[in-house]
Amino acid sequence: MGEVIVVTSGKGGVGKTTTVANVGTALAMRGNKVVLMDADIGLRNLDVVMGLENRIVYDLVDVVEGVCRLKQALIRDKRYEGLYLMPAAQTKDKNAVTPEQMQKLTNDLKESFDYILVDCPAGIEQGFRNAIAGAEKAVVVTVPEVSSIRDADRIIGLLSAHGIAEPMLVVNRVRYDMVRRGDMINIEDTTDILGIDLTGVVPDDEKIVISTNRGEPVVADPKSPAGKAYRDIAARLMGETVPFSEAGDSAGFVSKLRALFGKNG
Amino acid sequence: MGLFSGRKSRDVAKERLKFMLIHDRADISPRFLQMIQADLIKVISDYMVIDTARMEVDLKRVSHPDGHVRSQLTASIPILQVKNMGKNR
Repeated sequence: MGEVIVVTSGKGGVGKTTTVANVGTALAMRGNKVVLMDADIGLRNLDVVMGLENRIVYDLVDVVEGVCRLKQALIRDKRYEGLYLMPAAQTKDKNAVTPEQMQKLTNDLKESFDYILVDCPAGIEQGFRNAIAGAEKAVVVTVPEVSSIRDADRIIGLLSAHGIAEPMLVVNRVRYDMVRRGDMINIEDTTDILGIDLTGVVPDDEKIVISTNRGEPVVADPKSPAGKAYRDIAARLMGETVPFSEAGDSAGFVSKLRALFGKNG
Repeated sequence: MGLFSGRKSRDVAKERLKFMLIHDRADISPRFLQMIQADLIKVISDYMVIDTARMEVDLKRVSHPDGHVRSQLTASIPILQVKNMGKNR
């Protein structure tokens, strides 16, 4: 039986879709059977980030409405063995599916896949409730900014109200140079404020923009600091213990540690 | 250095966030606090004259001996004069 993990944030534009694409790809590279599910109905993006937008025939709403079978809507990523995409519908809206239907869909997928990563839409409305309906675990993505952390806190509360306690935290787009100057909220501040365990720290990396331009997940790039961070997150999801000390800073090891824990000097 | 003050912007952000989350988590809006303050004034004014301009009603996060951090409603109410309570005795 596989695991259903929803990736959510509250605030838009903090990197949910990029996280789903890269962590999912990394999990597949490690030999898992993975479905990336785009639950953002009406505003699909995951297909574009994965470079699979030209291969969509059926979508999630077609499956729910019985227009096609589940397997017909799954797009196999030819680059990575075991990686599949379940695209969202682009023309319907979020009320096209119910939480019960989403739950059934993820339950069916769990029988043949190891991981189902659900890309949750921004916001806390119906789309959010649909996306979390079938999930037993959650990853909360935030960037080190006040508005994003505030929304993450709200999401953590809502997840807990829906029976998903202790979500995993990914802090995205960390600028170590700014952390060192005292001009960015650091990792320790973020985990302190939100009170949940850290599962990943992704450094700000221009290779993300480049890889999204090309529709190729950055996780396959051995030189990308963000790519390494995503591979580490995948390993942690698989239950491995991976130290946080090599989070892709270009400076030395000691200053990396200092930046991570916010020690001055 | 911060853009507008000598404080690090990280520390300003942290402080602002902590304050925001107290209200968010308690689900109490500033307007709700104003309603509580107005009612407190009504009740207390029967017994004393208070300085409503300097009165403060606030939510704080307080660490308890059991290790939990909880929200606490704090009211600071400067008294100008205690009313003659003779008739109430």
